[in-house]
Formats: sequence, structure tokens, C-alpha cells
Amino acid sequence: MSERTRGTRTIDLLLAWGFVGIPLLWGVLETVKNALKLFR
Amino acid sequence: MGVLSILDRERTIAGPGFSRWMVPPAALCIHLCIGQAYAFSVFNLPMTRLIGIDHSAPGDWRLTDIGWIFTLGIFVLGVSAALLGRWVEDSGPRRAMLTAALCFGGGFFVAAAGVHAHDIWIVYLGYGLIGGCGLGLGYISPVSTLIKWFPDRPGMATGMAIMGFGGGALIASPLSVWLMARFSTPTHVGVEETFVCLGVIYLCFMIVGSAIVRIPAPGWQPAGWTAPATPRRLVTTADVHVYEALKTPQFWLIWWVLCLNVTAGIGVIGQASAMSQEMFPGRVTAIAAAGFVGLMSLFNMGGRFFWASISDLIGRKSTYFCFFLIGTVLYAMVPTAGAIGNVGLFVLCCLVIISMYGGGFATVPAYLKDMFGTRYVGAIHGCLITAWSAAGVFGPVLVNYIRQYEVGHGVAKAHAYDLSMYIMAGLLVVGFFCNFFIDAVHERHHMGHGEPQIAATAGEGGRA
Repeated sequence: MSERTRGTRTIDLLLAWGFVGIPLLWGVLETVKNALKLFR
Repeated sequence: MGVLSILDRERTIAGPGFSRWMVPPAALCIHLCIGQAYAFSVFNLPMTRLIGIDHSAPGDWRLTDIGWIFTLGIFVLGVSAALLGRWVEDSGPRRAMLTAALCFGGGFFVAAAGVHAHDIWIVYLGYGLIGGCGLGLGYISPVSTLIKWFPDRPGMATGMAIMGFGGGALIASPLSVWLMARFSTPTHVGVEETFVCLGVIYLCFMIVGSAIVRIPAPGWQPAGWTAPATPRRLVTTADVHVYEALKTPQFWLIWWVLCLNVTAGIGVIGQASAMSQEMFPGRVTAIAAAGFVGLMSLFNMGGRFFWASISDLIGRKSTYFCFFLIGTVLYAMVPTAGAIGNVGLFVLCCLVIISMYGGGFATVPAYLKDMFGTRYVGAIHGCLITAWSAAGVFGPVLVNYIRQYEVGHGVAKAHAYDLSMYIMAGLLVVGFFCNFFIDAVHERHHMGHGEPQIAATAGEGGRA
């Protein structure tokens, strides 16, 4: 038997992707800031 | 028993209406955390000043002692992935991911105790051994689940997760530096508290991943998708047991394909900063070199998603042919870029090389799935990770020792990497031929043909 009976809502998807996407985006932006030094 | 039953494989079967797009974030929760391993070097210098604070005092740990923490962690990653792959497949993704969370997060707590007691052996035990098990379990645990959810795009799906491993360092590096700055005082470096914070953050993050992961119900297929009526020659519809897979030439050819691709890439990653400054003295400063390393991290991460997705379109074998052909040309061009003083060409070559290094990692699970089926792909992938461990030794040793040999024999530093680059190009030619000889697995190895059939009953479905 499955523990989950209701389907996935859009908000579930947004929360799940935001949970991993926001830290990743922050890490990418920090790295881009460092990488820009190559071109200065 | 009662509470722990939520970890059972049968309790993770998705109900009707569950979106498969919930599974990549679950996998990313794990890989973004364990990718921290690539950023462990930010602790190296602070850990040499735990007593002296602003300088290394007598009694402080040496850099060579600290270097073993990462080496041990990566070694245990390979060993645990190989030994526990079968358990991961049989236990299901939730139990495996939670165990990975407890090991990886717990490893940080033990390491923090080691820093507090100033006993390097406790740090080896914590981050190296316990954390290393978390790394190995975490690396392989979402792979087969993703492949089952995305039979139409297995490369893209696993590429997304393994991209997270590359991205994890991008988060961990600035986060660790920020935490150490917050906790440091004139009498304290702040490593211990940073380890505790990272342990808590990673434990919570990975637990969320294990909570939201689901496996598809038996017989589930994506809406509107049906398996091709005439499967491609190199894509099997049968399954091969993990122990049987190890007896096939295909497994060992893919092992060498991965090992050679990673050996070449890891040699460049480890030396990128020094190489760029020595090949272009006076033109690439230390700050610019740091920027170059950051840019390489981005291409390492992006290449994982890009190349793995491309492999869904052109096939795994063709994708590796691209790595080996383009890689050979680019490695051979690096010395030329140095000789003509073209920094742009050098940077371009290295970035494409590094994207293919990441791409090699991300494409290999789908390659294994094509060869050996989905049933034991996670366990087989675990065994293949030993190729990474081997490459982790070969790559840096080749570049470091050859450079040292060249400098010792009077070669200018600007040209000390030329021979290494040509040797790397040669390794990729060998990899090309290994890939060339990979063909479909003989059906005598398939489950249902003799001995491996017995083991089939212990797996998915059989455990319900």
C-alpha cells in the first residue's frame, strides 16, 4: 500500500524545487562573482 | 519496527497522481549536500592553525595530515558504494538516503569532536570513515529510482542529480567560509562550530530528500510514453544481476572508460590554478586564477546536466566518443595555447574538457542502465565508482610527478605541463578504443537465464 493517496500539487513542486534551487542559485551566483575576477 | 516501517520500500511506492518531477529535488537534496566533499579544502589552512590561531604553532596539525581527511573520505566513498550497492537496491531509496544522512551529518559531529579534542584520528573517523560511508550511500541511492521514473530520459534524470554533486561545492565553499568568519574569535578559529552547523544543515536537508522520495508503482510508465517496440541494439530490456555484471567485459570496459575520462579531467582540475599562472606568467594573476577555478566549477556542474541530456538524444556510446575525440584534440591544443600565449584558447580548452569530465560522471549511470537494465543499476553503479577512486590517484599523480620531473630536468615552468597534456590525450585515445569495443551484453548474463534467477526474487516486488 502506498502511504500517499493525494496527487502532487503545484505548490508541492514549487516548494521542492525552491528548496534545492535557491541554495544552488546562491552558490552559482557566488561562484560567478569570483569567476568574473578572471576578466578584470 | 512500527516507526521504522515508513522507511520500507513498499511504503515509498507513489500513489496515483504523484508527479515524477518531485523525485529530482529529492535526489538533489542528497547530492547538493554530499557535493560538499569537493569544498573540503577550505578547511585545510584553518585546521593548521587551531592552536596558533593566526599562524601554525608547534603541535598544530600539518597540511599533509589534514590532506588525508579528504583522501580517506573519497576512498571510503568508493568502497562503501561498491560494498553497499546491493543493500541500497534491496532496501529502497528512503532507507538508503536516511542512512546516508545520518552518516554524513553524524560524520561532521564526530569530526567536530575531533577538532575539539585536537585529535586528528577522531576527525579521520568522523569525516573520513563515517562521512565517507554517507558519501558513498548518498551518491548511489537516488540513481536507480530516477532511472525508473524517467525511462524516456534516463540520462537527463541522473544528470540532474549528479549535477547536484558538482553544485554542492559551490554552496559549501562560501557557506563554510562565512560560518568560520562568524564563529572565529581572536582565540578561536571556528572550525568546530562550523562542522556542527554543517552537520545539522546537511542532516536536515538530506532527511527532507529521503522524506519526499518515491518509487514508481510496478508497471508504471510516463503518460503518453511506451517503450520502443524495437529496442536499440545497445539498450537492453532485460536485467543483469550485479554479481553477473562484474563477469562481463562490458562492465570492465565501462570501468576503464570512466577511469580514463576522469583521470584526464581530475589532472587538470587539481592543477588548474597553478597551471594557468605558470603557463602565462605575469598575465594570469592569483586572483584571476581563482576566478578561472570558479568558472571551471560551473562548467563541471553544467556539463553534467548538458552531456547527460545530450546522451538521451545521441546515445551513451556516441556521447563518450565525443568526450574522447574532442578531449584528445583539446588536450593536445593546451600546450599550443601556452606556446602562442593565447589565454582565451587555453581557458576555452580547459572549460570544455572539464564539462566533459563532469559529463562522464553523469552519463555513466544511464550507460549502465542501457547495458545491464534497471533492476541492479544502482548496485552496479556503486561497483563502478571504484574507477573514480582509482582515477583520483592516477590523475593528480601523473600531472604532479611529470611536472616535477620536467622542472627538475630544466624545462621552463611555462612548458612543464606540455608532456602531461600529451599523455592525457593519449589516455583518451585508449578510452576511445575501450568505448569502441563495448557491445550489447550476451543474453546468457540476463536474469532468467540460469543461476542469477535465484537472486531476482529478493529484489523489488519480491520484498513487498
